[in-house]
Amino acid sequence: MADAEPKTNAEDYLRMYRQMVRIRTFEDNANQLYLSAKMPGLTHMYSGEEAIAVGICEALTDEDRITSTHRGHGHCVAKGAEFKEMFCELLGKEEGYCRGKGGSMHIADQSHGNLGANAIVGGSMGIATGSALRAKLQGSDDVTVCFFGDGATAQGLMYEVMNMAALWKLPVIYACENNGYSEYTRTEEIAAGSITARAEAFGIEAHQVDGQDVLAVNALTRRLVERARRGEGPFFMELMTYRYHGHHVGDINREYYRSKDEEKDWKENRDPIIRFRAWLVTEGIASEDEIEAMNAEIVKDAAEAVSYAEAAPYPDASEVDMHVYAD
Amino acid sequence: MREITLSQAVNEAIAEEMRRDPTVFLMGEDVAEAGTPFKVLSGLVEEFGTQRVIDTPISEPGFVGMAVGAAMTGGRPIVDLMFGDFLYLVMDQLCNQAAKQHYMSGGKLTVPMVLRTNLGATRRSAAQHSQSLQALVAHIPGLKVALPSSAYEAKGLMKTAIRDNNPVVIFEDKLMYQDKAPVPEDEYLITFGEAHIKRAGRDITLIATSSMVQVAEKAAAILAGEGIEAEVIDPRTIVPLDEASLLASVRKTSRAIVIDEGHQSYGVTAEIASRLNEKAFYHLDAPVLRMGAMDVPVPFSPALEDLTVPTPERVVEQARKLCAGELIHAA
Repeated sequence: MADAEPKTNAEDYLRMYRQMVRIRTFEDNANQLYLSAKMPGLTHMYSGEEAIAVGICEALTDEDRITSTHRGHGHCVAKGAEFKEMFCELLGKEEGYCRGKGGSMHIADQSHGNLGANAIVGGSMGIATGSALRAKLQGSDDVTVCFFGDGATAQGLMYEVMNMAALWKLPVIYACENNGYSEYTRTEEIAAGSITARAEAFGIEAHQVDGQDVLAVNALTRRLVERARRGEGPFFMELMTYRYHGHHVGDINREYYRSKDEEKDWKENRDPIIRFRAWLVTEGIASEDEIEAMNAEIVKDAAEAVSYAEAAPYPDASEVDMHVYAD
Repeated sequence: MREITLSQAVNEAIAEEMRRDPTVFLMGEDVAEAGTPFKVLSGLVEEFGTQRVIDTPISEPGFVGMAVGAAMTGGRPIVDLMFGDFLYLVMDQLCNQAAKQHYMSGGKLTVPMVLRTNLGATRRSAAQHSQSLQALVAHIPGLKVALPSSAYEAKGLMKTAIRDNNPVVIFEDKLMYQDKAPVPEDEYLITFGEAHIKRAGRDITLIATSSMVQVAEKAAAILAGEGIEAEVIDPRTIVPLDEASLLASVRKTSRAIVIDEGHQSYGVTAEIASRLNEKAFYHLDAPVLRMGAMDVPVPFSPALEDLTVPTPERVVEQARKLCAGELIHAA
C-alpha cells in the first residue's frame, strides 16, 4: 500500500475497509435485483472503484459536499447513506432517499452533503463548482468534491468551470475516476494528450494517483482538502481505476471493446478490497476471522435492506405532481 | 407617482433584494463595472462590490451551472444571460439540472435562482440576438417564467422572482429598457400567476405578453375609435398561468386573440388558445386566434424584420374580422 501517511488509528482503517465492502455488497445486490427483473430500469455498477469513493469521502465531513455521477452508488454509500433508503430508491419506493422519484441515476442524500448523482455525463461540474463559489462567498470552510469519469473530460462544461474555479480560487476538488472506458469506448480513443495537463493549463495543481489504493487516495485527499479549506484550491485528481461490470448492468457481452483477460487481471491482481484486506492482516489491524465476521454482517445487512425495500410501498399516485415546484 | 424606466426598475428591484438578503448575488458577463451592454445593472457593483456582483468569462453553461450549485447549497444567485438567444447554450444546466433537482430529490433539494434575460425583435440585431424564447422554457416543468410588460411589472416580478424558491426565468423586452412607467417608491411585490387587466372591454379579449402588451393597447385604442371595446389582459407570468382570469374575460367577450412575440408554431399563443378552446368553448363566438412571430429566423433587413412580428395594425385587422363574424381560417 501507499507509503503516504495514512489515517493513524485502527478504527479509521476498519471503517474504510467496511465502507468498501458495503459498496461492493450493495452493488452485488443491485446487480441481482436487475438480473432477477426486480429492479425497474438500468443501473451502473461501481464495483472495482471502491477505494476512490471511500478514500475521498473519508477525508470529508458531512458539511463538505459532493456531486456524483450515473455510476454513483459508491459515492452515496461512502458519504454516509443507509442501505434501506438506497435500495428503496433503486426500487422506486416511497421510503427511498428521493421518494422513488430519482432512482439509481439521481440518488441524492443531502443530509450527508451528497448533492446527487447526475445522469448527464459531466452534468454536475457546474453544480459542484457553484457549491464551492457559495462557500467562498459566504465565508464557509466546506469543500466540494466533484466526481466524474474519464468520459466527462470530453464535455466543454468542465473547462468552463475549471477556468472560473481557478480564477476565483474556489474550494473544489475535481476527482476524475479514470476507469479506462468512456461507456463502450477505450479512453485513449476519446482523450487526446494528458488529462491532468488539461487542469494544469488553468494553473490547477493536478495529481495522478492509484485509485485502487484506498490509503493513497485518502492521504492525498486529506492534504488537498485541508489546503482547499485554506483557500489554496482548486485541485484536480486523476484516479486510475477499473470498472468490473459493463457500462451498465445490461452491458454483458463486451469482448468487442475489452478482453476477459484484462478484466480478470484487474479483479485478481489489483482489487482494492483484496489489497486492503491483506494489508490490514499483515499490519495486525484485523484478523482474517474478524474480517470475515465484518463481511458476513454487511452481507446480512444488505439482504435485510433488500427484503425491506422489496416489501416497502410504492409512492401514492398523489405524489406524481408533487415536488415539481418548491413552496 | 414618480416615473422610472424599466431599466431603473430592474436595477432597483435587485438592489433592494441584495440589501435585504445577503445570500443574493449577481453573476454574468459584464455585469459589474460595465453594468451589462444595456446598462441595466450600472451602479450595483459600487454598492455591493465584486464579491456579490461577479463578472464571469463568456461561459454561459459554466456560470449558469454554477448558479444551480450555489442555489442548491444556500445561495440565491441571479444570473444574467446577456441575450435570450443564449438560452440554447444553457439548456442542459437550466432544463436538466435546475428545473429537475427539486422533483428528482423528492422535494429535498431546492434551486432558488433567477435567470434574467431578454426577448424581442426589431432592434436590427438579426437571427441570433432577436429571439423571444419564452415558450422554450415554459415547456419545462420546474421552471417559472415571468414576462414583465412595463417598469412596474419589471420591478415587482423581479423581487418576487428573487424570493421564489424555484428557478425563475424572467425575460425583459430589450427595446423597453428606456420606457418609463409609474413605479411606487414604497416596496411592492407582484404575485406570480396573477394576470392584470390593462384595459377593460366587452367585445374581444386581447391576451398579450411582454412587448406585445403595448401592441395590444395600441390596437385597443384604434378599435375603440371604431366602437369595438377590447379588453387587454397581461398574464405577467406564463408559468404559473392565471387561467381563471383569462377564461373569465373570454367568457365575457366571447372572442380572443393571443399575442406573444415568440414564434407562433408550438408557442405561448398556441398553449393559451388551446386552453381557452378546451375550457371556454361554448362561450366562444369565433375561433381563438394566435398571433406570434412568423416562423422564420429573424431577418436583418428592417424591411423584412418588421414583417415578422405582430403590430397594432395587424391585431386591429384580425380583431375587426372576429367581431364582424367573418370566418377566419389560419393560412
